[in-house]
Amino acid sequence: MSTITQTVSESTVRAENKLVLDVDGLVVEIRTPKGTLRAVNDVSFQAFSGRTIALLGESGCGKSMTAKAIAGLLDPVADVAGGEVRLNGTDLARLKPKERRKFAGPELGIVFQDALTALNPVYTVGTQLGEAFRIHHGLSAKAAKVKAVELMRRVGIPEPESRVDSYPHQFSGGMRQRVLIAMAVALNPRLLIADEPTTALDVTVQAQIMALLRDLRTETHMAVVLITHDLALVAEEADTVAVMYAGKVVETGPVREVFARPHHPYTRGLLDSVPANIGRGEDLKSIAGSPPELHNIPVGCVYQSRCPLVQDICRAVSPPLEPAGDDRAVACHFSKELDNV
Amino acid sequence: MSEALLDVRELTKNFHVPGAKGNNTLCALDKINLYVNRGETLGLVGESGCGKSTLARTLLMLETPDSGSVRFDGVDPFGLKSRELLAWRRRVQMVFQDPFASLNARMTAGEIVSEPWATHRDLYPTKAARQARLSELFTLVGLRPSDAGKSPQEFSGGQRQRIGIARALALNPDVIVLDEPVSALDLSVQAQVLNLLNDLQQRLGVAYIFISHDLSVVRHVADRVAVMYLGRIVETGTAEEVFDRPSHPYTAALMSASPHLDVTATAPRQRIILEGEMPSPLDPPSGCRFRTRCWKAQDICATLAPEPRAALDNPEHISECHFPIEPTRDEPEQLAHAS
Repeated sequence: MSTITQTVSESTVRAENKLVLDVDGLVVEIRTPKGTLRAVNDVSFQAFSGRTIALLGESGCGKSMTAKAIAGLLDPVADVAGGEVRLNGTDLARLKPKERRKFAGPELGIVFQDALTALNPVYTVGTQLGEAFRIHHGLSAKAAKVKAVELMRRVGIPEPESRVDSYPHQFSGGMRQRVLIAMAVALNPRLLIADEPTTALDVTVQAQIMALLRDLRTETHMAVVLITHDLALVAEEADTVAVMYAGKVVETGPVREVFARPHHPYTRGLLDSVPANIGRGEDLKSIAGSPPELHNIPVGCVYQSRCPLVQDICRAVSPPLEPAGDDRAVACHFSKELDNV
Repeated sequence: MSEALLDVRELTKNFHVPGAKGNNTLCALDKINLYVNRGETLGLVGESGCGKSTLARTLLMLETPDSGSVRFDGVDPFGLKSRELLAWRRRVQMVFQDPFASLNARMTAGEIVSEPWATHRDLYPTKAARQARLSELFTLVGLRPSDAGKSPQEFSGGQRQRIGIARALALNPDVIVLDEPVSALDLSVQAQVLNLLNDLQQRLGVAYIFISHDLSVVRHVADRVAVMYLGRIVETGTAEEVFDRPSHPYTAALMSASPHLDVTATAPRQRIILEGEMPSPLDPPSGCRFRTRCWKAQDICATLAPEPRAALDNPEHISECHFPIEPTRDEPEQLAHAS
């Protein structure tokens, strides 16, 4: 139980709602045979301690690429081509890989969607969980294993003493996700990135995992960046949301306000596409068409081809992300007209 | 009530699992009862491993049941031989989950949609008839007939699923089994495909068996719902009854576990978070199969499997539970999540 007491004493040091992560104008480019693509194009957002910010968007919108850029886990064909990623004031994007590795664990933890591919199949769960303590705290293998058992208990894995020597394939999907979360929070990071952490899980298990993440956040005051395509999950789990489309943040603000009164036509379109609160057989208001291909992003607004409000200016000028009321920002030339549609 | 199009009684399917320790019989379907009327949608809900796909495969005659009966339009398809069987197969078709894996990349969209006619030759005997029907099908699902020459990888996910739906419609079936048809699609595209399915049902009168883990989708499309857990249908009834007045604790937990989009709520939602995970179907619990995760479980649940009973005195709303939820008495009970 020493882990718990340790975190409590440390959490009193960590203040609530302090700026932890400041992403400013992040640009990620991918080199492909067809030329260089901008997967993330001028993305800015902040994460605060004890709070959850959701990066919401559909496949290919750049949300996972943003997460990978923050964590320094971009594929070799992708590069950070601009912007800053400041974690507690240090610009991660400018660090050398060796310096950066010191941040992985005590400062930043990441949970991936697919636990089976994120875990190494040939090492026991205990070895993988203990690795952080061996590397960062210089613990012996034996001492690290004790820590691993504590961690497993903390994330709700039953019978940790006997299961610490099991391999990942011997765990169920939900338990593997708990292992992954345990690895991410092992060194009490200030920032946790959760990239679609429950997408591969059943809903009853999803509810367990999200409850665990909530408890850990309350306990350690870490900042959470939740990456998801699920609007309902955002509504229940996040404090603020950044809606992404074709590599850009098109709208951001407190979840309740953004979802209750969206300023961007894409956010509105997404909310209308959810088959809730609509009668059986009634047509859903879908968004026509599909997102643009990254190598074929039009000049002007990224959403122009699917937007009901589109005008000539949208085809010429890309709207910047501009403040729109309290803590909110939107990138649309005609956001004020949205309520009249 | 007129006779159902598809009537399944006491359907049981076991798999033999060689090498499993102890009991090596996996009971995938345990005395399943359900029916589907013409032109309606039955939603099949449950978590992975509950047997919904085995049920779908058995209804398509891809698996042979161990016991129980299947009646399709009054006929037992498992008793049919060659020609009659071929004619029957035409009437039940399937749409798969993953539109990227379920279309052959070496065929054109047109070849994929018209392939069923190579087996069912008498349906559109002339080339002209097939060509005309192909154009019609493409238009029906919202694709351009001129797209028939493209290969699947030239289409987006939503368009691919439209091709899959066109293929299922090619034989003018009475029932289409849709196995998670929209779960691989993005939300904005998902809405387009759901609208298409709804539109097709109204125009063609085809019945759907709609398998999904997404309750908000099922609530939107289904007339009736069957909730499965560990090989059994634990609750069934009209979608409205089951979703608004769930009787089985599992149904209530499932609904409570799925996140809600409601941002107007002022107080945090009371949630039932189930302990643990679904037990192995190789070693199901005695008595009620849900009892190991149920917060209402008593001694009797371990010894006696609950019989299907009418819930809330509604004969169309069936649930299997010794202690069903009664909306007037029970408040959602909070349960500590797994420790």
